Amino acid sequence: MKAAPTTASVPGKRSMTVRAWIANYGVYVALALLVVINAIITPHFLTVDNFRLQLIQTAPVLIVALGMAMVIGTKGIDLSVGSVMALSAAIMPLYIGYGTVPAILVGILAGGLSGLMIGVLVSYFGIQPIVATLAVLIGGRGLANVIGGEIKNLSDPGLAALGSGSVLGIPYSVLSAVILVLIVAFLMRRTTFGIMVEAIGGNKLAAELAGIRIRTVLVSVYVLSGLLAAFAGVLVAARSQASDPRTLGLLMELSAIAAVVIGGTSLAGGKVRILGTVGGALLMQLIVSTLVSHNIPDSVSQMVQAVVIVVAVALQVGRRKT
Amino acid sequence: MTTASTAEAAPAGAGTRTRVEKLARLTQRNGALVILLGLILVSSFAFPSFASVGNLSQIALQAAFLAPLALGLTFVIFTGGIDLSVGSVFALGGVLAAWASQYGFLTAVLVPLIVCTLIGLVQGAIVAFTSIPSFIVTLAGLLFARGLLLALTEEGSETYKVPADAAFLELSRGSFLGLGFPVWIVIVLFAVGVLVLHRTSYGSTLLAIGGQPDAARLMGLPVLRSTLIVFAVSGTMAGSAGALTASYTASGVTTLGVGLELTAIAAVVLGGTLLTGGAGTVVGSLVGVVLLQVVANLINRMGLTNSNWQAVVNGAVLLVVAVAQVLLSRVQAKERARRRGGEADAPEPG
Repeated sequence: MKAAPTTASVPGKRSMTVRAWIANYGVYVALALLVVINAIITPHFLTVDNFRLQLIQTAPVLIVALGMAMVIGTKGIDLSVGSVMALSAAIMPLYIGYGTVPAILVGILAGGLSGLMIGVLVSYFGIQPIVATLAVLIGGRGLANVIGGEIKNLSDPGLAALGSGSVLGIPYSVLSAVILVLIVAFLMRRTTFGIMVEAIGGNKLAAELAGIRIRTVLVSVYVLSGLLAAFAGVLVAARSQASDPRTLGLLMELSAIAAVVIGGTSLAGGKVRILGTVGGALLMQLIVSTLVSHNIPDSVSQMVQAVVIVVAVALQVGRRKT
Repeated sequence: MTTASTAEAAPAGAGTRTRVEKLARLTQRNGALVILLGLILVSSFAFPSFASVGNLSQIALQAAFLAPLALGLTFVIFTGGIDLSVGSVFALGGVLAAWASQYGFLTAVLVPLIVCTLIGLVQGAIVAFTSIPSFIVTLAGLLFARGLLLALTEEGSETYKVPADAAFLELSRGSFLGLGFPVWIVIVLFAVGVLVLHRTSYGSTLLAIGGQPDAARLMGLPVLRSTLIVFAVSGTMAGSAGALTASYTASGVTTLGVGLELTAIAAVVLGGTLLTGGAGTVVGSLVGVVLLQVVANLINRMGLTNSNWQAVVNGAVLLVVAVAQVLLSRVQAKERARRRGGEADAPEPG
């Protein structure tokens, strides 16, 4: 969209600052509010066990959302993440005979390959990100179902440890999510890669003229997103000790996009907010768990989530400029 | 955006296009038809039973349940939007039709159509009045419609049955001149779609919005109203396909339609409609739907009984077509630039 004429922005200046404030900090306010409300209405909410459970359940969404944040930063979108999760979880049982680590690596590698394919299609062929990743969303889950078939048992001591073990009281999955957050935050804030990602999302032509190798950066971003999604798939499979390619990661793209956008990352690209994404992922998890802990049926829970996502994104992006 | 050039090329007139450019245009528009005819020809020789009347009418009938979704989506995609909710809305329409069939034929048809149209209308309103991208709105719509379906069916455990003597069953089981009613319904729907697109100003408005939304707004075209209508129609179409399916299966199956939106999108894109909006045909989508059904039929014949291969093939087909569209657009752009003598306004390479 063309830059808004200056005359239009003057009367709306006050509301713009309010909106900017909501976009930047709204997620933390909402999160704090929800914690307070839960502390009052939900029994056993303020317990260590509950917090640990919430964090464990947030970890996969958060890890996927980190990749999604980078992709959205380049003005792209990655709808394939849920299917990639299913794919990596479906591949693991085939290689679990070679040991825990090889199986995990193969699963993650599958995500990297899918990301590579998407990246090449987007950057070298000029396919819209939504189309390229949609194709992988369809084909990826189909492939996962072909490979995985029915629910496969994954009873492996190594995976069991990854899924439910902990160090110093912190579950491995939470620990790995925290480490990944730090790595991605470092990548975005302290390296030229982060600057290039935001530059491409901000103004692709200017970035190109500035000598940024757009194709390389775009491919890297989609590969990273694929790797992160695949790792999230490994975590989910490890925790449930099974891989069910039909349901694993279903609609994960929506949760991840919601977490990223609610966290203040603009869908128009050019800005990646990692801490906001963490807040967004926690908020999404807390909304679901609040509904679950009050025995709201799945049907109502889904409808409420749909409304919350639309309202939250609407608050972030605002009304259409006319 | 290279696709905007479709509209830009119009003033130049068809007569001045080079042969390569024409060929690229023709392939882009009718590639699916060529593939479909070729595929039918080859499979008729490879599998003797393929060209039997029974098999062909089976393909036509199966295509009839997907075709309305593709038609609704075609109009949404014309405007540069996308509707990912159609699979869920389709399932909801089926459940509503099965539930309402106990109250007579008219309710069985009207209840799903009205509810699904409303869902589409609300989505259209959100897309029109906010700047939330349509894929997010309709992803949320997907979740909402599925939630509503679960709420109506005791969390998915209740499957409503259509009474065995209901006239509603005739809607999908009856036939006229050897063709099943669903096939006739689809023919009528697409005929209306073609008329609307090519013979009314509404059709050109939609393409204008998809090509250049800002320009369409500046020209005073009713962008908001058109957006509302296309999403509402998409809801209606998904609901009608669901009702047809409920009539055919005599029940409201709660697990239907998961991922169906993707099949429908693949069909539309196969038919030569650009996902960037602004260009495409209604008939192409029908060709795309039939092509996918023929492919499904062939997959079964080749012994790949695992139905998940269908999804893999659909995804691959979508990618191949998307790449082909981009490459053909580039050929056209290059030819156009050459024709103009390589002036400074050569389009960006992609």
